[in-house]
Parts: sequence; C-alpha cells; structure tokens
Amino acid sequence: MTGFMLAIAKSILKIEDMWAGYDGDPVLEDIQFEMFDGDYVGIIGPNGGGKTTLIKVILGLLPVMRGNVRVLGQSPEQARDRLGYVPQVSRTDRDFPISVWDVVRMGREKAGFFAKRRLSANDKQAIEQALDQADVLDLAKRSFNELSGGQRQRVLIARALATNPEILVLDEPTANVDGQSTARLYDLLAELNQSLSILLISHDLMAISTHVKTIACVNRRMVYHNEKVLTQEMMALGYECPVELLAHGIPHRVLAHHDHDYVSLNANHNQEGN
Amino acid sequence: MFNTLAEIFSYEFMQNALLAGVLVSLVSGIIGTLVVINRMVGISGGVAHAAYGGVGIASYFGFDPVLGAVLFSLLSSVTMGVAHRKLRERSDTMIGVMWAVGMAIGIIFVSLTPGYRANLMSYLFGSILAVSMADIWWMAGIAAATVLFVALFYRQLLAISFDEEFATVRNLPVTALSVLLLIMTGLTVVVAMRVVGLIMVIALLTIPSAIVSMFFKDLRVIMLVAVGLGIVLIWAGLVISFLSNLPAAAVIILLAGIAYFLAFVIKRILLKTKI
Repeated sequence: MTGFMLAIAKSILKIEDMWAGYDGDPVLEDIQFEMFDGDYVGIIGPNGGGKTTLIKVILGLLPVMRGNVRVLGQSPEQARDRLGYVPQVSRTDRDFPISVWDVVRMGREKAGFFAKRRLSANDKQAIEQALDQADVLDLAKRSFNELSGGQRQRVLIARALATNPEILVLDEPTANVDGQSTARLYDLLAELNQSLSILLISHDLMAISTHVKTIACVNRRMVYHNEKVLTQEMMALGYECPVELLAHGIPHRVLAHHDHDYVSLNANHNQEGN
Repeated sequence: MFNTLAEIFSYEFMQNALLAGVLVSLVSGIIGTLVVINRMVGISGGVAHAAYGGVGIASYFGFDPVLGAVLFSLLSSVTMGVAHRKLRERSDTMIGVMWAVGMAIGIIFVSLTPGYRANLMSYLFGSILAVSMADIWWMAGIAAATVLFVALFYRQLLAISFDEEFATVRNLPVTALSVLLLIMTGLTVVVAMRVVGLIMVIALLTIPSAIVSMFFKDLRVIMLVAVGLGIVLIWAGLVISFLSNLPAAAVIILLAGIAYFLAFVIKRILLKTKI
C-alpha cells in the first residue's frame, strides 16, 4: 500500500474536548481521541481511571457533560447498534440459565417493540458464522454457565460479531481468563482486526502492549499519539501504568521519551496498520 | 384414600381453590422466574407489603380491597423499579422504607375502618378457600396477560435480563419492557395475595423457580416446570390443610420450603457423585 492511500484512512471515532462522569462529578476531563478505520487501539489505565466511563460514552450509554463525540459520523446513540460491544465476563451472571446459542442469538435480536421475532435463514447463518469465527461453534448447545472464563469471553465476542459490527469494543477481555486462553483471545482479535477496527480497554499492560497496534492511557485525562509507544507523559498520567510496566521490564521499543517526534512515528504506524 | 380425595374435590370452594392454585402457579411460576433472574426479589417483597396500604385505604373508603391492592402494588413496583435503576445498590434502603410505610398505612386505615375487620386479615395471610368465581375471573385475566406478555417478548426479556447494557446498545426496548415487567410483578403479587397472603407472596414467587433452576438450564423450561411444581405444591398443601385442619397458606409455604431444602440436598448429592 502506498502512503497516499493511507492518508485518506477514514475517521471512525472522534472525541473532542469531552468531559463525562456521574452525578455532576467528572471522571473524564478534556478527552481528545481519534480512531481510524483498521485501527487496533488498546486503552490502559488504573482502575477507577475512567476506562469504563469512556466505553459507556462511546456506546451511547452515558451522555457527555461537555464536548463532542462522533462515532462513524453519527452521535454515539445513533451509531451504537453499529458497534460490537463485548462486556467483561464477570459482568454477566454466573448462574444465568442460558445456552451458548441463545447468548449469540441476542446479537440478531431486532430493535423496536413489535419487531419480527423469528430468525431468518440469514440470521441463523450470521449466528453460525459468528460462533465459528470465535471458535465456539462446538459449544453452541452447551450451557453458558458451565464454560470456562476464556470460553465465555469468546461466546460474548461471537455475540458481538453476530451483529455485523463496524467497530469491536471490548471491556477488559482478559479479566478472569487464564494465561493460555488469553493468548488464544489475542490471536482471535488479531485475526478479526484484518477486517474490523478494534478498541479494547485493559489493565493488562503486558498483554496489551504486545498485541495492539496503538496504545492510549486514561486516568481522568487521556494521552494518545496514535502510536505504539508509552511516553513519559502517559507514565506521569497513570501512576499504575509505569510501575507495572517497569517491574515487568517491557521491551525497550515500547518506551519512548516524551519529546520524541511522534508525527513521523505516526506515519510509520499507518504503514504497518494498513 | 380415593374416597377422601373425591369428597374433598366435590366441594365447590375446593374446586375454586384448586382452580385458583393453577392460575396463581401460572402467574408466579412465569413472573417469579423473571423476578429471580433479574434480582428483583427484594422489590417483589417490598411491593407485596406496600400493597397492604391499598387494602387498608380501599376498605376505609368502601371500595374493593383487591382494587386498592392493585393500585398500590402497581404504584410501588414502578417506583421501586425506577429507584432501583437510578440508585442501584442504594435502592434497597428505599425499598425497605416503602415496604414498611405501605404496611403502616394499611394497618392505620384498617384500624380506622368501622365494623367487622377480620376478613381484612385474609389479605395478609391468604384465603384460598374463600376464592369466589368472581375472583377466578380476574385472576384468569391476569394469568392470560402474563402468558401473552412473556410469549410476545420472551427473546427481548431474555436479552435484557442477561445483559441490559448490550440490549440497550442493540436498541431493544429496555425501558418499556422493564416497566412492563414491574407492572406484571405488581399484578402477580395481587394474584398471589389472594392465595397465600401478602406476607408469604415472596415465597410463592421465588421457591418454585429456585428449585427448578437447580436442575434445568433453559429459561423457558424453568418457567414451565416452575408452573407445574407450583400447582403440585398448592394442591398438595390444600389436601393436607383440609385433612389436618391447618391454615392452607401456611401449609403450602411450609411444603414449598421443605421441597426447597430437599432439592438443595439432592442437588448437592448429585454434584458430589458427578465428581
């Protein structure tokens, strides 16, 4: 691909001067963020730093206090059914009586009060394809609550895929998932990123830094340079980020000085990203 | 044995009671299952007790206490439901307050009501043997509405109960169906009130579905089997209460409680033998 083609990568998510929070208390302040078609962005940050709030805003579940958010050229509320939302496994009820097939089928449920309820052949095919893509087709008849954490996470990814999303949005996909399953999950996401843009939040810095294309850090404020480096600025922002990072000894290449020329790196990223 | 049963079932009040048992099982088996998986047990308990305020006010002003109970339970279920959605964890205090205040209003108005008041106790402790044909009709109406509601919106209710945020992102009618479910819960409370009384409504709503959930993993199956189990428990309770001359509602709930603990033990044993 040539640089020229890359220059016109479509903006799919744009956040400007955004403040958001609950009961009048801002959790996020002055957020600037932009995502382009084909991106694979990992957002890290300490617990309580506003990662989940950011996802809620993007999904149109929480109105902003200030600023502007455009998702796929629309308001988040208008665009939300074009996003594939994958919640944390731990947010689903451990004992809920439901089969894997019925969970993924939710992705084909039509909006509206008196919407048509029968599954079309098209719906069935979409469910099967989503199950297959997430590698859980053989679990379709199983009960959701007897699966492992990693299996349940992949079922929730299948449910999001069944909606034919344009962006996949994942909230802590590796929480409550063992190491081997985590590796499998990231393989799946890398594969999905061939045709889908992905935004994921995680506290799991090690894993995130080796799999995503670009990293952002959120702790009330956000630092994002559209590249795969952790800057001094990010480290100053998220107290937990750098401590964990240095303790684990992340490869030097993901670390960068604050005053580096990120514009050139940015162009560099776009080349590998497309 | 057969003759005794034949004799029991030949009384008209007994036939009405058996019929009422079927209707209340239908309503509480279906709505109770949704109440349990939506973690609305506290709300339904609060609604049941708050409904007594309506019974008291209705008897004081001289209109049908059932109508009063309907109005109060609808009002309190929707208020508690909205509070639950807005306040989340903090809502249980508010539910507790409404629970007690509804009772207090009921007790005050009942004590202000002149004349014979013993029949008002039946709303607290149930009076399945006093169910009239007129009662059967409105109970059947609510049962039909319940079946229709769940049949029409089963998939959406499933999606919302499982993951409300995902359902919202998919633009399913989350608010409308949540309010409808609260309304149906309020109506269920009133139907169950007729049979076991407001104080024990919560047991009838939760126990059959809780027992069945231990052994079945599909929501529709759980609803159906819970309905069947409810009928068995109520009919058995009726027969035992007739033979032993004990209050029917208490016998039914005690039976349900015993069944619950038995199921719990059986489930434990099954889990152990599996390993």
